[in-house]
Amino acid sequence: MSAKSIIRIALALAILAWLAMVATDMVVIFDLRNPVNMGIEPQVPNIFFVIYVLAVFVFYKYRIGAAQSDNFIDLLWKIFITGLLTTIVSLALTGVDVVLGGTHLISHPLVVDVLYLIRLGLLLAFAISTFVVWKRLILYQKSKLLLRGWMVFEYLLLATLLSIFVPFDFTRYLFFVVLPFAVVLSGNMKWVAFLSFKQKWKSLLLLVLTLLYLIYFYVNISEIRGTHPYLQVPGNMQFVLSLLVFTALYAVFSLLVILFNLPTSSVFEQKLEEVVNFQRLSQSVQTEQSESQIYNILLNSAVRATQADAAWIEVKINDKEKMFRHHIGSETIMNIKNYFKNSKGNDPFIFDHPERPVRHARSLRKLRGVPFASMVVFPLVMSGEQTGLIVLLKELREGFNRDLIDIAQTFVNQACISVEGFRLMAEALATERYKEELKIAQRVQRQLLPAALHGGPDFEIAAFSQAADEVGGDYYDTFQINEHQTALIIGDVSGKGTSAAFHMSQMRGIFHGLAQMNLPPEEFLLRANRAISSGLDKTSFITISYYVIDSAARQVTFARAGHCPTLYYNYETGKASYFTNKGLGLGMVRNKQYKNYIQSRTFSYKPGDILLLYTDGITEARNRQGEEFGYERLLKLVEKHAGLPAHDIRQQLIDALYEFCGHRELDDDYTVIIVKFK
Amino acid sequence: MVDIQTIRDDGYTVLKIQGEVDASSSIQLDEALAELIAAQPPAILVDCTGLQYISSAGLGVFMSYIEELDSKQIKMVLFGLSDKVRHVFDILGLDQLLQLVDSQEEAKALLT
Repeated sequence: MSAKSIIRIALALAILAWLAMVATDMVVIFDLRNPVNMGIEPQVPNIFFVIYVLAVFVFYKYRIGAAQSDNFIDLLWKIFITGLLTTIVSLALTGVDVVLGGTHLISHPLVVDVLYLIRLGLLLAFAISTFVVWKRLILYQKSKLLLRGWMVFEYLLLATLLSIFVPFDFTRYLFFVVLPFAVVLSGNMKWVAFLSFKQKWKSLLLLVLTLLYLIYFYVNISEIRGTHPYLQVPGNMQFVLSLLVFTALYAVFSLLVILFNLPTSSVFEQKLEEVVNFQRLSQSVQTEQSESQIYNILLNSAVRATQADAAWIEVKINDKEKMFRHHIGSETIMNIKNYFKNSKGNDPFIFDHPERPVRHARSLRKLRGVPFASMVVFPLVMSGEQTGLIVLLKELREGFNRDLIDIAQTFVNQACISVEGFRLMAEALATERYKEELKIAQRVQRQLLPAALHGGPDFEIAAFSQAADEVGGDYYDTFQINEHQTALIIGDVSGKGTSAAFHMSQMRGIFHGLAQMNLPPEEFLLRANRAISSGLDKTSFITISYYVIDSAARQVTFARAGHCPTLYYNYETGKASYFTNKGLGLGMVRNKQYKNYIQSRTFSYKPGDILLLYTDGITEARNRQGEEFGYERLLKLVEKHAGLPAHDIRQQLIDALYEFCGHRELDDDYTVIIVKFK
Repeated sequence: MVDIQTIRDDGYTVLKIQGEVDASSSIQLDEALAELIAAQPPAILVDCTGLQYISSAGLGVFMSYIEELDSKQIKMVLFGLSDKVRHVFDILGLDQLLQLVDSQEEAKALLT
């Protein structure tokens, strides 16, 4: 059954029980005054009385007791409204009494009885609703023991209620058992602590009114019962008394506790606020708040926690000085800072040991023109470095006691942790973005390298290139200038990441643009230097070697722009050697003087000769002992495998390289191109 | 991993580089050189005796100051390069732009 239908049924039952009680009681009274016996026992109205009480209890238990909110003012307000309504009705009845006072009708016992029962019903409804609310308040943050105590108390009250059906009169004694329970249970006032200062005042008012209603009702009913002795039945006055004593007792206790709590409530409230602020500081990292917001929270929290009159924060955010102020102008801040700068003694704004956060407290009493008399300065320390400071000011002398300073320190520490966390997170995000960028650059770069190289009529060509985990800067390409001439380039862009990939794409454009002009290699380098220099930042350069293979003349002409020396294998002598023509990296001299630093060279080739192009990733590859692969090892390898086709030589080279390093992961990009002449 | 010391002497300043200059440590080298050049000494001697390795980023740093040194008429001489390091300078062609000598005495002799 849902709570709603229970409430409805209980309400209907209460009304019916009350009506039945009135009807049967009237009959009983009529019987008493007249010799006619209608056959209704005096106990019958009592049965309906008990049903009425229980129904009302269930009604309020579900209406008030089940509500989940812990808003105490709401609960008190509910009692107040019930009390107000019942009092108004009761007063209206009194009004009728007065208007019709003395008439025959109003003093008729049956009319008196009905009016009395209305008042009794109202009093019970009010008392029971109060009882249910008190139950919630008492059981707030309950313990097991408390809950058990309360159960016993409720059963005792039930026993009191039912005791009217027992022939011997022990209800009087039951009351003395109920009373100590009521007193002990009334000592549970945990809810009071959670009221704010304002709420306490409201509660006081509502409790006073509730008490007044209770007293009014009790006096009212006792008076009526006193003047009309035939109203003894129905009703269990012992039960009503117990209920009223308990409700009144708790109201008085609460009243007193709240009253005594009033002076300290601001302190409690402040502590509560500190906790909330602290939480806000800790959580500000998780939500996407900016650093400035964290400082603002710190400023407000510290001001409130220490009840400072003014404050400011100076901090470096992204290497920019930022200032957060609270109730203080920049001019006043300058005044204070200058005052300490010019006075003897240590400047409180300078922290000699920022790794150890020590706050500085100073008196400002002697400083004229500034409304503050005391000051405390905390350094903001992040990752062991002082990045700023927070200053709290008070108009009072010696306004910051140890306790307040400690609290503020806690806030400062937490804020620093939050900012640190915030910065770490931002850093992690930036790294993530950087990785994404690298992926794009990698993709771009792969597309820049040719899928296939142009072999010639009298040479075969094989290439292999591998980038280290980051984006590499190696570049190679071929271009068929005409039927018998092929241009070949290998290069290495200094720097890494997107800028390297970008310069590489520039180099590719330059290569494809200049190669088809069929320039001599020296001229090619000169023009390439001019073209690329403007786009390179001042610490970047590109090394290349540019070759033109002429199959008609069976000659190779090449020039070197700071790139690794070319290895040439002579089939006839069976020896390999490095060319030693001079050269200078592109972008290293960014004017016409460049041509003085380079030198082209021409040689003729014969079948079986090998041209080996590579990047420094090969010669500088290191093994576990830190030894470099080196030029000599490369030279010997080529001599050893010179008889193999270009593809196989390449494979031998790669295998030897990996074997030397002991692993397949190289720290640098490496590229190798083998040209074998037929 | 690099350790850079600046030793001021009469008429010249010695920049002593020890360790490896790679992409990340080249920033330190750049800062040291920038600071040194800003002080406008008549000459800079770069002690490369302890320089074990230099990457293209490190070479880029030396390269980037050549013009400025010229215009300010500050002489810069590098000395004590190991064969391996010297080879890296040579391949790139930096030996054509910078003065590289074997010992500090030779370097000092070049200044006069």
